Amino acid sequence: MTALLEVSGLSVSFDGFRAINNLSFSIGPAELRAIIGPNGAGKTTFMDIVTGKTRPDTGSVTFGERSISLLGMNEARIAREGIGRKFQRPTVFEDQTVTDNLILALKAPRSPWRVLGWRPKAPDMARVQALAEEVGLGDHLARKSGELSHGQKQWLEIAMLLAQEPKLLLVDEPAAGMTPAEREQTTTLLVSLAKTRAVVVVEHDMDFVRRLNCRVTVLHEGSVLAEGSLDHVTQNAQVINVYLGRG
Amino acid sequence: MTASSSLPKYPTGGAGGVKPPAANASRSFIARNPSVLIFLLALAAFTIIVTIASEAYGVGFISTSFVKTLGKTLCLCLVALAMDLIWGYAGILSLGHMAFFALGGYMIGMWLMYARTEEIVVAALAQGGLPATPEEVTQGIATQIFGVVGSSDLPVIWSFAHSLPLQLILALAVPGLLALIFGWLAFRSRVTGVYLSILTQAMTLALALYLFQNDSGLRGNNGLSGLQNLPGLGDTSQDLVSVWFFWASALALGVGYLVLASVVSGKFGSVIRAIRDDEARVRFLGYPVEGYKLFLFTLTAIIAAIAGALYYPQAGIINPAELAPIASIYLAVWVAIGGRGRLYGAVIGAALVSLVSSWFTSGQVPSIPLGFATIHWVDWWLVLLGAAFVGVTLFAPKGIGGLFDRFQGIATPDRKGAALGPDDGSLQEREAQE
Repeated sequence: MTALLEVSGLSVSFDGFRAINNLSFSIGPAELRAIIGPNGAGKTTFMDIVTGKTRPDTGSVTFGERSISLLGMNEARIAREGIGRKFQRPTVFEDQTVTDNLILALKAPRSPWRVLGWRPKAPDMARVQALAEEVGLGDHLARKSGELSHGQKQWLEIAMLLAQEPKLLLVDEPAAGMTPAEREQTTTLLVSLAKTRAVVVVEHDMDFVRRLNCRVTVLHEGSVLAEGSLDHVTQNAQVINVYLGRG
Repeated sequence: MTASSSLPKYPTGGAGGVKPPAANASRSFIARNPSVLIFLLALAAFTIIVTIASEAYGVGFISTSFVKTLGKTLCLCLVALAMDLIWGYAGILSLGHMAFFALGGYMIGMWLMYARTEEIVVAALAQGGLPATPEEVTQGIATQIFGVVGSSDLPVIWSFAHSLPLQLILALAVPGLLALIFGWLAFRSRVTGVYLSILTQAMTLALALYLFQNDSGLRGNNGLSGLQNLPGLGDTSQDLVSVWFFWASALALGVGYLVLASVVSGKFGSVIRAIRDDEARVRFLGYPVEGYKLFLFTLTAIIAAIAGALYYPQAGIINPAELAPIASIYLAVWVAIGGRGRLYGAVIGAALVSLVSSWFTSGQVPSIPLGFATIHWVDWWLVLLGAAFVGVTLFAPKGIGGLFDRFQGIATPDRKGAALGPDDGSLQEREAQE
């Protein structure tokens, strides 16, 4: 199995502080991976680099079957390559309807000229309807997304990510602020999504990671400390020392 | 999407009920945007009324100078539409669009002045008996136009001034290229918000200062004048010309409105409103945000240039003061008072404020003696305008256009500070209509 995302020798510093230090990491095309680590371990910086928000000082990031380099691409270009990102806080376009939000996310040409001429066709609207039903918003298509509850916005954002049809999904602390029932649903969703694409979950919550039942990468001070099943890494002496031991 | 079928279902809650129609996409453009039809009908009716009331084609109820004022107002409405597109819809507060408006005017003014002067020079030389050589004619034109700035050579930038088609192309190309280059530099560096506004102010100020110089090639602070006289139509009365320009302005406004309404009603409008509300999120959806901004900046600059090219032949004169930073700020004030994020709001704001402004500054409004001081409206009008702007911003962020929501019963629920979008001055479209 060749890697979908391959990161090697990555380093970046902010004002002398090494946020990422010679990090190497890879993930396959249909894999669920959890990244854990204490605060300041470089989890968010890692996501920022992959999505093009931050430029690394050294190292390489390659993506896809043809192993194209993501460095030097802007955020929009990387998103079009097939990397989706879910933020911690639900971010939907509150002034627009659920339908508009989903149409914005639908996989379609993104350039201004092409968008000017784009009109929704029957398959597009059917897809929007299907996606909305998928996340329980089938009856709310015409509503402004700003009127939705917090949970509904969360699900709308997930539907928007699905509409993008990404090959790699980066999910930032999905369990934060969720009820136990919602966590259960989110776990099921992430596991089922990872059957057809790569999903990287950055998470603090050990219980949540245990439920995902997947390979775990432990970051510490910007590099990989340990990798393997959760049980494997939790027995690693170094991991216990820097991370688990504190809690 | 094989995984879809196995996704967990979100508890729908409530009794499933009747599903809304999958899309309103099948309904016609006019049906989805009744305001477009209403606007076009109102504009057509207004044009007919003014024509019937004009001195040239009707009863002479409206003076020729007022027909010109109305025609100019329509041009201001068109540039306000452009401002609304870039500010109200895309959230880019450009305070430099009147520079593009004036540049369009300068470009068309060059041809008007050149061709008109050519007629005069040829006629004058013909008095001498011998037919004039082309060199003599060119020299005569240059002396006529540039004598006032102490020069007798035609600057290089006037190379195409003899040709109407070429100068018309320049009227679009010069402002368009300036906007493209300025926008490219500004947007690729991700300059946003108030910093971009300041940059655009600097742009229009720099351009004005340059044009104020005598050797700028555009007659310094004298500007271009006599633009109301159409070359080849010296015998035609201004009564007729004024109505023709009024028609052209009305046509341009109508076409502009229709084009912009179709631009903002589709997915493109959805993308630019999304950029206004959260541009980082739009980037992560894969849209080239900077490309959209550049596209909009250039498009609106060209629309402003068209409006300017129609405005200045009616005004008769253009000088660098037209590019003063305050002119572009007025434009923003018109759009804010009319109502951002809705096209008819921009038109109403521009028409109302510019007409009221020309009434107050015309000296026809009686002064108010207060004993200790007298309020002369020519001076005090700006204070009134400023107060109106502050009042609208504080108490009616939706502007005059917000009144139409009241009529239609579209309520904006008081969210106690939790706005639907970050920009609560913009139209929160059709919210809570059901």
